Formats: sequence, structure tokens, C-alpha cells
Amino acid sequence: VQADGTDGDCVTFVLHDEDHTLGNSLRYMVMKNPDVEFCGYCITHPSESKINFRIQTRGALPAVEPFRKGLSDLMGVCQHVLNTFEVRIPEQLRVTS
Amino acid sequence: APPITAMAARRGTDEMRDRVVLGEFGVRNVHTTDFPGNYPGYEDAWDQRRFEEAFRVDVIREEEDTLEFDMVGIDAAIANAFRRILLAEVPTMAVEKVFVYNNTSIVQDEILAHRLGLIPIRADPRLFEYRNQGDQEGTEIDTLQFQLKIKCKRNPQAAKESSDPDELYFNHKVYSRHMTWVPLGNQTDLFPDADFRPVHDDILIALLRPGQEIDVLMHCVKGIGKDHAKFSPVATASYRLLPDITLLQPIEDEAAETLQKCFSPGVIEIQNINGKKVARVANARLDTFSREVFRHEGLKNLVRLARVRNHYIFSVESTGILPPDVLVSEAIKILMGKCQRFLNELDSVSME
Repeated sequence: VQADGTDGDCVTFVLHDEDHTLGNSLRYMVMKNPDVEFCGYCITHPSESKINFRIQTRGALPAVEPFRKGLSDLMGVCQHVLNTFEVRIPEQLRVTS
Repeated sequence: APPITAMAARRGTDEMRDRVVLGEFGVRNVHTTDFPGNYPGYEDAWDQRRFEEAFRVDVIREEEDTLEFDMVGIDAAIANAFRRILLAEVPTMAVEKVFVYNNTSIVQDEILAHRLGLIPIRADPRLFEYRNQGDQEGTEIDTLQFQLKIKCKRNPQAAKESSDPDELYFNHKVYSRHMTWVPLGNQTDLFPDADFRPVHDDILIALLRPGQEIDVLMHCVKGIGKDHAKFSPVATASYRLLPDITLLQPIEDEAAETLQKCFSPGVIEIQNINGKKVARVANARLDTFSREVFRHEGLKNLVRLARVRNHYIFSVESTGILPPDVLVSEAIKILMGKCQRFLNELDSVSME
């Protein structure tokens, strides 16, 4: 993870060994945050597995905060999906057998 | 009057938010737009509780190697992330190094090695570790060894004029069932009841004739599909959005018959109301959207073809290494692992 930017409220993170899998889902979670003015990601070159993830916040909030919140929210989503899925599979087996 | 148009406007924006509409010449409303600030009057900021209330998973069909399930209430970005992880980042064991001691068959060494690599191996990858970079030998915690040793002989009891190779030769077809597991080190103690073998017994690897022999030793390692497609645990994993067909006006008689033929069987049903045949959408889920209805001038403006934006019908087919529900759980855990990795890095950077 590398950060560079001017004030701290617009930062570009360089994430290594990542691609659209994490990039797009994280972008969605960060965009859902009302404090974020701009969020986007791009793949610098298709031969390198590196993404530039940029967050710009409204007001004086440091950009690391929405990034962290986006990651935790995404973890929360995955955890809930996993729990729901693991509950539903045995239920289905019981229904069909 | 004003209240009606306000409601119509709200219905219009609801359609823009929830449906991907298939028009005659293109698809509209493709991107997710429900971010905070885009629509006044809608609460779009992320709320875990609201998400949990709206989210549900329905398992439609579960057989031994295929799983079809619905995920409702999630966004395309996350559903796609699960699909990409299922294809490319769930690890499995597959043959990586082939030590050829003797190969006098007509299948070249590298072709034989390539074919052996693609054979799915029934071994739970969660019991093994990744091999360290640069480690040539392999230890018992990261490698599985298999041996394939087979020689083709002529059958002395065959009839003289026979031309059937099954009768004339022994072992002329090399199948995956001829691969045997050779335990390394303390693997017999680590895996006492394990039965490591290829998933399918009847994969044809090579053909031999008398005097030809294959004697190879194979090392299987743990890898992911991103590295080489042989490590992908799914035959395929895909999703589609739930179709949503609306009839904008009542359609009767001959038009109803034509309409029924435009869609996949079972989608439109014809009911007899007061002696007239009236069409009704019975089960939109079965449709594959060939858009045949747009070829009929009379019908194309009476039907709205759309897809529900947050209802995903997943179909996961496993190659047999792990059952498909385990694969989906593993994929979700891998996405969580990625997030955790970056959270840890953020915490360690902020400590400095």
C-alpha cells in the first residue's frame, strides 16, 4: 500500500497484487459513504497486477478513514453473506431429503 | 393532476434504480447509480442493518457437482467479485512437476506432462500448504506424489486374424486410474484414511502399443487459477440476473399466441377469460432473452424486457475436487482475507 497526495483528503492508494475483484467491490463500498466526493480505481497496465485507488473526501476528513471504513464494511458484507449461505445450504438439504 | 405525475416520476426513478432495461437496440440503466447524493429523497448511504434485512440466499438446486442458488439484495460489484474468486483464486492441488524416467510412447514428454497437469486430483487443498518459492524438492506438507508406471504387452492368446486392439494388447490405453499415490515422508500418518487419486477414473491419458512404456513420477502442488487454469476448482461459475417481463397492455388472441412463441417455453401462458385467449407472464425466470419479440412490429411496444438489478442467479459447477457449496464458502472467505490483509497493512503503516 502506498499513499501519495497533497492535503490528506485526496489520496491515491497503490494496491499491489490486486485487480477488479477487490477494486470494484471496494469502490462500491467506499462510494456508499456520504462523506466521499470521488472514488475510483484503475489498473495501471494489464501486465502488472497493481491498481490505483483514489479517494477524495468532502471537507476535512482524511481519506484513509473512508478507505478503512470501506474495507470493514466489505468484510461485514462478506461475513453476513457467508452466515446466510451456510445456514441456507443445510436447510435445503433437509427440505429435499 | 400533480399527485399522479409525482408518483409516475417516482416509479420512473425506481425503474432506473432497480431494473436494467433491454431496449430494441441497446441496454439501458446498466450501471449502479444508487450512491448517496444521486437521488434526492432516497436513503442511499451504506447501512449494514438495511442490507441485512433486504439480503437473502435461496438454494434452488443442489446436486453432487452443481449448485444453483439465488442471491438477492447484493450489488454487481460484489457478486462479480465472488464469481472471479471462484474461477481464479480458490486453491486446489494439481500436478505441477513430472519427472519422466521412461517414455517410449508416441505422446511427447511435454504433451504428456501438460495432460497430466489438467487432471483434477481429489485432494482437499485446505490440508496442504503452498510450496515456498524456489523450493525444488518439496516437503510432505506441500506436495503429493503420484506414480504412473505402465507397459503395453502383446496378448499371446488373441485370435490370429483379430484386429481389435482391446483383444490384441494388454494395457494399450493409459487411464487416470493407473495413477497411484506414493506417500512422502510421514504422509501415511498425517492422512491415515486418505485416498488421494484423480477425481475421474476414466480419463484417457495416452495410447500405447506393445513394447512402449510410460514411467513417470508426478509432484502435485497447491496453486490458484490465476497462475494456471489447471488449478481452477470449478468447471464453470456464472451468474445471470433475474429476468422481469411486463406486459404494458393486455394482449389477446393471435397476438397472444405469437407472444408465447417469442419467449422460452413456460414463460408466457395463455388463459381463457370470457372465451378470449389472454396472455399472462407465468414464470419470467425461465427466459433466456432472445429478444425475438422485437422482430414483431405489433408486439414490440407492448412488452417491457428488463432484469432485476440486484437479484443474481448463480450457477456453480465443480470439477469434483470440492463440493460446490464448500467452494462458495471458500470464495467468500478469500474475499474477507483480502480485506483483512489491507486492514492489517493500514494498521501497521499508521503505527509507524
